[in-house]
Amino acid sequence: MADNRMNVERPLSPHLQIYSPMFTMIMSVMHRVTGAALYFGTILLAWWLISAASGAHYFSYVNAFVGSWLGRLILFGYTWALIHHMLGGVRHFIWDTGAMFDKKALEVSAWAMFISSVVLTWAVWIAGYFMMGGRL
Amino acid sequence: MRMQTPMRTPLKQARGLGSARGGAEHFWRQRITALANVPLTVFFLYTLVTLAGADHATVVAYFKFPISALLIMLFVISSAWHMMLGLQVIIEDYIHHEGFKIAALIGNILFTAFFGLICIYAIVKLSLGG
Repeated sequence: MADNRMNVERPLSPHLQIYSPMFTMIMSVMHRVTGAALYFGTILLAWWLISAASGAHYFSYVNAFVGSWLGRLILFGYTWALIHHMLGGVRHFIWDTGAMFDKKALEVSAWAMFISSVVLTWAVWIAGYFMMGGRL
Repeated sequence: MRMQTPMRTPLKQARGLGSARGGAEHFWRQRITALANVPLTVFFLYTLVTLAGADHATVVAYFKFPISALLIMLFVISSAWHMMLGLQVIIEDYIHHEGFKIAALIGNILFTAFFGLICIYAIVKLSLGG
């Protein structure tokens, strides 16, 4: 019985690598990737908060890292990931109601989400830059 | 073959057999935390650009204001819960070895719990002491 089951050639669902990438598919993957990246990005938030709670001396070290080009790059990427994942979540809420499931709506909302995520990330940082009087 | 107990319905027998051992509660909590996260993330982004590169006194003054401290705490709680649910799905999707899967699931719960606790402790300390 067990031997027979091993020998049966069952059809397999197509593997990921044979699909030609579609934009909606890439956005779906990006939703998961940004989610996972945010998971580990939050270590920075915990580190920053605990350093602030530890006092001005230790905080100045962390602040120096945040102000460095690497720190700024991570912060910018983190902001984009957060906005992208949030907009992706809003798209899921729309789908939860049963709306926007047709092919055209999927394509349009995928592009709208991607473009808004980039535009909003820049808007947030440009607004932040002026708010801080060009501090960072 | 296991004998079928007559009192057990087919649904009772099927419950808990999926890789996630559950379903609707996970989905529901995931959506509730996601919904809470939308306004809280907007406030967090405001906080982020306001305090990025700010000196220690500015950061302490920011968290002294109760609404700021409370909203960031809510963001941390809702996010930590959402993170736990989200990474659980990723673990269940990609780690098929039962032992590694359970270890990763435990690690995920502990990590997100510690993350939440660390952040809340820091915010409370900043808000009440400095």
